[in-house]
Amino acid sequence: MNFYAIKAIYRTEMARMMRTIVQSIVAPVLSTTLYFVIFGAAIGSQIKEIDGVAYGAFIVPGLIMLAIMTESISNSSFAIYFPKFTGTIFELLSAPVSFVEVVLGYVGAAASKSIVIGLIILGTASFFIDLEIAHPVIMLLFLVLISVSFSLFGFILGIWADGWEKLTIVPVLVIMPLTFLGGTFYSISMLPPAWQTVSLFNPVVYLISGFRWAFYENADVAIGLSLGMVLGFLFLCLFAVHWIFKTGYKLRS
Amino acid sequence: MQPIIRVSNLSKTYAGGFQALKNVDLEIHKGEIFGLLGPNGAGKTTLINIVCGIVTITSGTVTVAGYDIVADYRETRSRIGLVPQELPTETFETPFNVCRLSRGLFGKPEDPEYIEKVLRSLSLWDRKDEKIMLLSGGMKRRVLISKALAHEPDILFLDEPTAGVDVELRQDMWNVVQSLRESGVTVILTTHYIEEAEQLADRVGVINNGEIILVQEKTRLMQELGKKELVLQLSESLASVPAQLAEYKLELNDSGMELTYHYDTKQERTGITALLAALHDAGIKFNDLSTSQTSLEEIFVGLVNKGT
Ligand SMILES: Nc1ncnc2c1ncn2[C@@H]1O[C@H](COP(=O)(O)OP(=O)(O)O)[C@@H](O)[C@H]1O
Ligand SMILES: [Mg+2]
Repeated sequence: MNFYAIKAIYRTEMARMMRTIVQSIVAPVLSTTLYFVIFGAAIGSQIKEIDGVAYGAFIVPGLIMLAIMTESISNSSFAIYFPKFTGTIFELLSAPVSFVEVVLGYVGAAASKSIVIGLIILGTASFFIDLEIAHPVIMLLFLVLISVSFSLFGFILGIWADGWEKLTIVPVLVIMPLTFLGGTFYSISMLPPAWQTVSLFNPVVYLISGFRWAFYENADVAIGLSLGMVLGFLFLCLFAVHWIFKTGYKLRS
Repeated sequence: MQPIIRVSNLSKTYAGGFQALKNVDLEIHKGEIFGLLGPNGAGKTTLINIVCGIVTITSGTVTVAGYDIVADYRETRSRIGLVPQELPTETFETPFNVCRLSRGLFGKPEDPEYIEKVLRSLSLWDRKDEKIMLLSGGMKRRVLISKALAHEPDILFLDEPTAGVDVELRQDMWNVVQSLRESGVTVILTTHYIEEAEQLADRVGVINNGEIILVQEKTRLMQELGKKELVLQLSESLASVPAQLAEYKLELNDSGMELTYHYDTKQERTGITALLAALHDAGIKFNDLSTSQTSLEEIFVGLVNKGT
């Protein structure tokens, strides 16, 4: 194992994020804060509470999840797409590293940043809203697992993408709608039965449900199932990255 | 002595079906400067990129310091530094930071003093904290060389190092190459500029259409293939070469004032002494004489043309 390589990649990536701190940290924190202030106030005046949780507090876990999913994807996809785009990836390909070091470096950095963003948003939210976290450890576990698995997913996206549009399309056209339809703003049980069934095909439902359970102990699906889905997604991504490096897919000619 | 790089029966067919390398065999000795010469599209970059791990092998094997480049890639790659042909640079980073990243990637602990030494040797130290995108093309190439040296490689590949490079950088680069060679580093450079190989290399390999046509000590190559000619400026013009000089196959120029004699440096006797005596006997006087040797360039063009 080449530990110096992991450290070098991680450090370079973190330095890049610090250089662009406004874009990479301030912007997602601000936009998420606006979401829960505006939605919380606007809809919260109509719906007082869901399953015994004040509406303003109910939407916080889903919005944090949205922020860390999109940030994880865009960060790590950009981190690997950019060297591919400029050609500097030659160095990574000629270095004595396996996918393990590369993933630990790049994905570790992207996930670290998402976790920081998630915690900052959580801190900010607690200024406006009465939050209670019933299971802090599980909450952190979800935060970490989701940051890591979506950073991995973004990494795969960055390797696969051969143009800038493809990079932005997935967060905007896939993650955002799935999150909004995944019970960020409502409980699945509030939907007509047919839509409840449809919703269960949306993987993001399981993530939001599990994360929200860690806060308020109310969930649309069993917590074990949520955890299983996250782990399943994580292993799927790990497997894909392993395969990419083994075959050199889109990397080596 | 075991060669530091051994390429055996290496072939490469790209995804499009184009065969860029055909059963290439090549051995590079430790500590030498090897010049890989060939026209554009010959397969030089492909060969280098395979040894460095950027391009996959279709068939055949490559070992570096006795290790297989596929099975023991960590051993082989950590010994190699590559300055690629193109100029890809991290636009928003600084020279110092990219060198630090390179060093780490290749598995070496941090050593800011060493990086300082490298950057100074390439006249980059003053600009170590500038964004790379603000540097000129020549400076970017210096950054790439520094990056390749940042992990103290035993083997350095320079792919077309002086294509479009100014005199000053060329000089700096040769100084770096010479001092690397003195410290025992093996240097492999590709070029289609013959002078480069002629000036620097200990041995030269010529590649064309994906095949190694020839590998030779540079001096021997020039001796064996290099034809020399002796040109005599005559005092009085000649209408034709006298019959008694026929065995020397002399050429007379149009004005009749110049005789040219071709000889081979690999023969023990050049025949020059005998020729001069024969000229004396024939009563031919000359004012001046000069010799010239075929350059590697001419040899190279000759070889490549023969191969096609
Ligand atoms: N990625 C690639 N896919 C397909 N063909 C390639 C690729 N890279 C190089 N080639 C072809 O392989 C041949 C050798 O290229 P290269 O090794 O770059 O030559 P050189 O470095 O000697 O100029 C060229 O004909 C080139 O077009
Ligand atoms: Mg080339």
